[in-house]
Amino acid sequence: MRSAPPIDAFTLRRRPPQEKLTDIGFRQLTLVLAASVGIVLLAIFVTVFTGAREAMATFGLRFLTTSAWDPVNEQYGALIAIYGTLVTAILSLLIAVPIGLGTAIFITEDLLPRSVRDVIGLLVELLAAIPSVVLGLWAIFVMEPAIRPFLSLLHSTLGWTPFFSTEPQGPGTAPAILILVVMVLPIITAISRDALNQVPVELRQGAYGVGTTRWGAIFNVILPAAVSSIMGGVMLSLGRAMGETMAVTMIIGNSLNFSLSLLAPGNTIASMLANQFGEADGIQVSALMYAAVVLMILTFIVNVLAQWIVRRLSLRY
Amino acid sequence: MIPLFLVLIYVLIQGGRLISLQLLTELPPAPGLEGGGIGNAILGTIVVTLIASLIAIPVGVGGGVYLSEYAQDGWFSKFVRFGNDVLAGVPSIICGVFIYSLIVATRIFFDQSFSAMAGGIALSVLMLPTVIKTTYEGLLLVPQEMRMGAYGVGASRFVTITQITLPAAFTPIATGVVLGIARAAGETAPLIFTALFSPFWPEGLFNPIATMSVLIFNFAIMPYEAQNELAWAASFVLVIMILGANLLARWISHATRA
Amino acid sequence: MASDVCMSLQDVTISYGSFEAVKNVYMDLPKGKVTAFIGPSGCGKSTVLRALNRMNDLIPGCSLKGRVIFDQHDLYDKRVDPVEVRRRIGMVFQKPNPFPKSIYENIAFGARINGYKGDMDELVERSLRKAAVWDECKDKLKESGFSLSGGQQQRLCIARAIATEPEVILMDEPCSALDPISTLKIEETMHELKRSYTIMIVTHNMQQAVRVADMTAFFNAEAVEGGSGKVGYLVEFNETENIFNSPSQQSTLDYVSGRFG
Ligand SMILES: Nc1ncnc2c1ncn2[C@@H]1O[C@H](COP(=O)(O)OP(=O)(O)OP(=O)(O)O)[C@@H](O)[C@H]1O
Ligand SMILES: [Mg+2]
Repeated sequence: MRSAPPIDAFTLRRRPPQEKLTDIGFRQLTLVLAASVGIVLLAIFVTVFTGAREAMATFGLRFLTTSAWDPVNEQYGALIAIYGTLVTAILSLLIAVPIGLGTAIFITEDLLPRSVRDVIGLLVELLAAIPSVVLGLWAIFVMEPAIRPFLSLLHSTLGWTPFFSTEPQGPGTAPAILILVVMVLPIITAISRDALNQVPVELRQGAYGVGTTRWGAIFNVILPAAVSSIMGGVMLSLGRAMGETMAVTMIIGNSLNFSLSLLAPGNTIASMLANQFGEADGIQVSALMYAAVVLMILTFIVNVLAQWIVRRLSLRY
Repeated sequence: MIPLFLVLIYVLIQGGRLISLQLLTELPPAPGLEGGGIGNAILGTIVVTLIASLIAIPVGVGGGVYLSEYAQDGWFSKFVRFGNDVLAGVPSIICGVFIYSLIVATRIFFDQSFSAMAGGIALSVLMLPTVIKTTYEGLLLVPQEMRMGAYGVGASRFVTITQITLPAAFTPIATGVVLGIARAAGETAPLIFTALFSPFWPEGLFNPIATMSVLIFNFAIMPYEAQNELAWAASFVLVIMILGANLLARWISHATRA
Repeated sequence: MASDVCMSLQDVTISYGSFEAVKNVYMDLPKGKVTAFIGPSGCGKSTVLRALNRMNDLIPGCSLKGRVIFDQHDLYDKRVDPVEVRRRIGMVFQKPNPFPKSIYENIAFGARINGYKGDMDELVERSLRKAAVWDECKDKLKESGFSLSGGQQQRLCIARAIATEPEVILMDEPCSALDPISTLKIEETMHELKRSYTIMIVTHNMQQAVRVADMTAFFNAEAVEGGSGKVGYLVEFNETENIFNSPSQQSTLDYVSGRFG
């Protein structure tokens, strides 16, 4: 490419070296920035694992099945926190999924006038944006006092089962579950709504075309078509609920004693970290890191499963 | 669903009635005293969120650009996108633990432990996946013909990306980024043992700093009426800021839609 | 090589992945002339055209064997910078693709990249006039390129290509979205442009080929055993008159006389 350009007004037919360098440099820069995701992720795993090594060596797998959390005698087991994490997350989803899915059906199928649906949709999104610490504050001062009579009623009628065997007295597992419901409900509603909206119109019309009733169409055609995205969304919410920290910490009571009762104070891994990590030292730090490893593995499994479900099941439609 | 709106309304009423100029500009009172404000926490939230944005936006936009504009659909791109989804699912408290071990405990910044900088970095780890994802997905929406047009007049990749493709994807990227910032501004868990708290005005980037979210957490569990009230007031300010950001994001995506 | 050859294709085979879209093309494209590529849909006209300014580099999996000589260099030589190639060989695409910028900036963008040092306002006006779209644009230069109709957008894209004053302009069905009057204007422009530039144009419109092209290349596609699709190849390349009046191949005659199928 030697010959002179035909029109002298254009001076950059040959690219000056610095322009080529910018081009290559920019590419390499973005490559490094993209790789930073992997680096950060790796750094998180390495940091938490190395922090946990001492406790892993000392307590082994016993850590997962014992419930002693005793800084004085340096004995640690995370059973209470693991149990609390799983119970609060799973129960809150059992409550939130039917409500969220119902709301989503309500706002996608034209059961309501358009403007009402739009307003509800907007509010759902805004609710999802409320910081969890604010929900925690609300849980302490408004929700917990308000629901205590109902919890007492539960205790007096179902107190013979181990799950309601204690007198409700302020913070506890049950209010934590309810605040988690408040937190994941908007997420589940929003994801289910998007999933339902993405069901092809032809499928809908096809169902009505063969004379199905509205609810027949919803349950036999539309929900099955959207089930993979909804399931994925539910799994993502489960991950969120397990890792949720602030609202739960503020209302669960942070108990170090194991109790099956939902009305008693409990604990989760995340709230244990929030409460103790700042002041811990010695092997307690390592034990907390060990608990963090458990939490990370749990959420990792749930999130990967969520992605897998979406990918796997969506192939069918 | 309806009871949920009560949360919003309650926060707005309970917090809103307390708002005054004094509240927005003064320091919190010592425990047991009356009055005071949350001025330092408002400023601190802005500072920490700004630090997080200044880190996460360039890194995230750059990474998203690489994924959509340069990477072939090979293992690296698959790995980064998978890693990004995993990072998005890491609980925020773990980000706090991570930055605590990496920065606070090691005192790498001028031998300071807790600092605004550490808090901002923790929040940026949280924002990063959102920014990457919105950038990547926004750029995928730009039609291939647009890039071809730029290459056809002799634009390099750098010029095409910075002057044609990124501006064309401005709306979805800006919307996502604003939502990401709003989410980060309300986060507490990554801050409680990175930025910590301070009853004073911010004293620079390498000292502990007050934020509204940590203030709410700390003051909610104090047995003093004045502190509880300030927690409600901070909730009000935080919620208004976040709702404002959400409305801004909506406005961006409506106003600039061609 | 004769000095009046602008580009020379030597045994060019272009593949998408393992699928060979066009095979064994030999062609000497003359300088300062208009050459038309005609042929049935899918025979690889666009593919060959894109190969001439290395636009195919941007399509993942697309590869080229053989040599494309321009200005005594093989364009596919490792040392050749594809960006520089495209600054000298401009392109107009099948679908109008204005930039999401103002009409003025749509033109100025390319000129600036190519290091234009002259009067930008003047260049913008001149280019828009040549592309026969000045009247529609002169009062809305600050408005978005998308505010124009499809046909006007295409002429804007032609103006954009002209504005950078490349040595060669490649046009892939530039008039397929235009009304007959704008089409005629564009054709007039081509007649004027070929005094200083070389033009290659893909067209499905026989009359257009006859009206503007000095030379015409006819491509066809054929299924081959073991292949996964139809493979395109160059059937005949000659003066336009010969192609349309006395082609040497039966398939060319069938195609130009509309008896193709
Ligand atoms: N990006 C691509 N990836 C894979 N295959 C492609 C791609 N572009 C074109 N092809 C294939 O290459 C062959 C030639 O396509 P090309 O677009 O060059 O045809 P064409 O002659 O320009 O057709 P038309 O007249 O319809 O524009 C076709 O079989 C097509 O399927
Ligand atoms: Mg074509």
